[in-house]
Order: sequence, then C-alpha cells, then structure tokens
Amino acid sequence: MPKLLLMFLEFFKTGLFAVGGGLATIPFLREIGVRYGWYTMSDLSTMIAVSESTPGPMGVNMASYVGFSQYGVLGSIIVTLGLILPSLIVICIIANFLEKFKEAELVQQIFAGLKPAVVAFIAVATIDILVTTLFGDYTFSTFHWKQFICLFILLALSKYKPKLHPIWFIVASAVVGIVFAF
Amino acid sequence: MKKLIQLYVSWFKMGLFTFGGGYAMLPMIQKEVIEKYHWATEDEVMDYYAIGQCTPGVIAVNTSTFIGYYQAGIPGAIAATLGVVTPSIIIISIIAGLITNFSSLAIVQHALNGIRVAVCMLMINAVLKLGKGNIKNKIGFLIFAVALIFAMFTKVSTVLLVIGAGIAGVIFSRIGWLKKNA
Repeated sequence: MPKLLLMFLEFFKTGLFAVGGGLATIPFLREIGVRYGWYTMSDLSTMIAVSESTPGPMGVNMASYVGFSQYGVLGSIIVTLGLILPSLIVICIIANFLEKFKEAELVQQIFAGLKPAVVAFIAVATIDILVTTLFGDYTFSTFHWKQFICLFILLALSKYKPKLHPIWFIVASAVVGIVFAF
Repeated sequence: MKKLIQLYVSWFKMGLFTFGGGYAMLPMIQKEVIEKYHWATEDEVMDYYAIGQCTPGVIAVNTSTFIGYYQAGIPGAIAATLGVVTPSIIIISIIAGLITNFSSLAIVQHALNGIRVAVCMLMINAVLKLGKGNIKNKIGFLIFAVALIFAMFTKVSTVLLVIGAGIAGVIFSRIGWLKKNA
C-alpha cells in the first residue's frame, strides 16, 4: 500500500477511536511511531511540544506535523483530513438524529443531567490551566507573581470591557509576556 | 455559498486563536458562534460539548461540525470543519519546515506564558457565565460537584462521567427533582 494512503488510514483509525480530545490521540501516535518507524519517540516529544505551543486543536496539530514530516504540505493536508473525517461522519449522523429527537422527553432529561457535568469538566480544565500558569504545577513550589498580577489586571479589564473580542486579550497578553519575560 | 464562506472564515479565526485545545476554544465560540452570528445558543453549545466529549475525535472539530451541519447541512459541516483545521496545517507546515527549534525559543516561551494568562482569564469568565446559565437548582449543583470531584481527583474516564450524568439527569427528572431544561 502506498505510504501516504497508509498514513491516511492510520490517522483515520486514530480519529475514529481516540475519544476525549487531543490528549487522547497521543497513545495512538506513540503506537503508530513504534509500528511504522515514521518518527522516533524523541520526534514525537518535539511534535507534542510544538503542537502545544501553536494555535489550533492539539490533535489536529499533531496530525499536520506527522504528515508534514513525511510528505511536506501534501502529507500535512492528507493526514489531517484522515484524522477529522471520522468526526465529520459521526457528528453529521448524530446531528441529524438529534434534530429529530431533541424534543423527546428522554433526550431533554439526559441533557438536563449533562449540562452541569460539562460545566464541571470546563471548570477542571480552567483550574488546571490556572494552577499551571500561576504555580508551574500541582506541587505549588513556585509562584509566578508576574502572571498573577497580569491575570488580575486582565480580569478587571474584562469586566470593564466585556464586549472586547477574546483575540485582543490573547494578542495583548502575548506581547506583555514577551516584554516582561514571563 | 455566502453562508459556507462565513462558516469557513469564522472557524478559521477560532482555530487560529485557540491555544490549548477544545475547552480553551469556548470563549471564542461564545463570542463568534453565540454572540456574533447567533448560530447556536449557549445551551446548544453545551449539548454539543457533551456529545463531543463521548464521541471520537478532537472536541473542537466535533463542535465545528455540529454548528456547521445545523447551519448548512453537510456542506456546512465540511466548511466549518475545514475552517478550524486550516490554520493548523498552515502554521505547522511553516514551523516544521523552517523553525525546528520553535518551541524552545525564549521569545516563543514568553509569548505562550503570556497567552496562557489570557486563556485563564477567558476561561474563568466562561465558567462563571456557564455556571450561572446551566446550574439552576440544587440537583444541578450536586451533579456539577460530583462530576468536578471525579474529574479532578480520580482517573475515571470522562466518557463514563458523561454517561453517569445523563443517567442522573433521567432519574432526577423522573422523580421530579430536576426540571426540564434546568
């Protein structure tokens, strides 16, 4: 089988079986690397670092990187499409199904339970990033006071200018991070 | 056609300015999808997140597919999904091709540390807003608290938590403790 097709299929499989977002794809990528030797584990850790430090969903970044490393831009496109195609198919089916049944009492009851849980997941993600940003990790051994002050100012600013697009806060704080060497 | 371009461009923007994956995209979704284009209500986005959590694939991609599908059917789903992954393909191709030591550059680290502070602020505001909108009674708060504790302190998979919350929603609704849509 041509290697590009094989890569497409391997990432299609990853997209189909990795449930729970970007981080869930990492064990799959490890296995692909070991089985085919397209990249070493040290390449993989570079890919993870770059994927985390560039914009975009992490799983998608990883797929783009693996594809690019083998076949340039074409590989990047093909492998990324492989990863997202299962989502596209599965979600279209579910969306169609949900449209028909969203008024059903059972579906409403299920979602009534799901909503508070989803808020909890987002709260946990928020706590995680908050701890990482202010203390480095959960050992709480360091305290990044520059980040703390910046967060305080940003929170105040967001109350004062609630309509401002998030993009501006992100761009401004990137600049502040560079200027004050966060 | 105009709708498809709008979907593509808007999701391109969201992909370009999301650092850190699915949940970190939420503030951007609140701005673009909910406030600016009215493609979905906050309630619906929560439903999509819940489903995206227990279906395969990257959560950000799943959410874009959902929104796109309801706006313009399968072409809409494809437009939105391609929009959200295009920035990744472009940026990763540039970085993987040109700047191999990208993630270890000091300026990149400082910028990312800055961006992380903005992401913290945006997510704190998003969680507070979502909590207000989605936790409307004691049972809702109970589900939130239990899910938070499990997600924070145990290794129980999110998929199981979502299923558990759904079952709790049905049971509490049937015995009349949880109102519909609450």
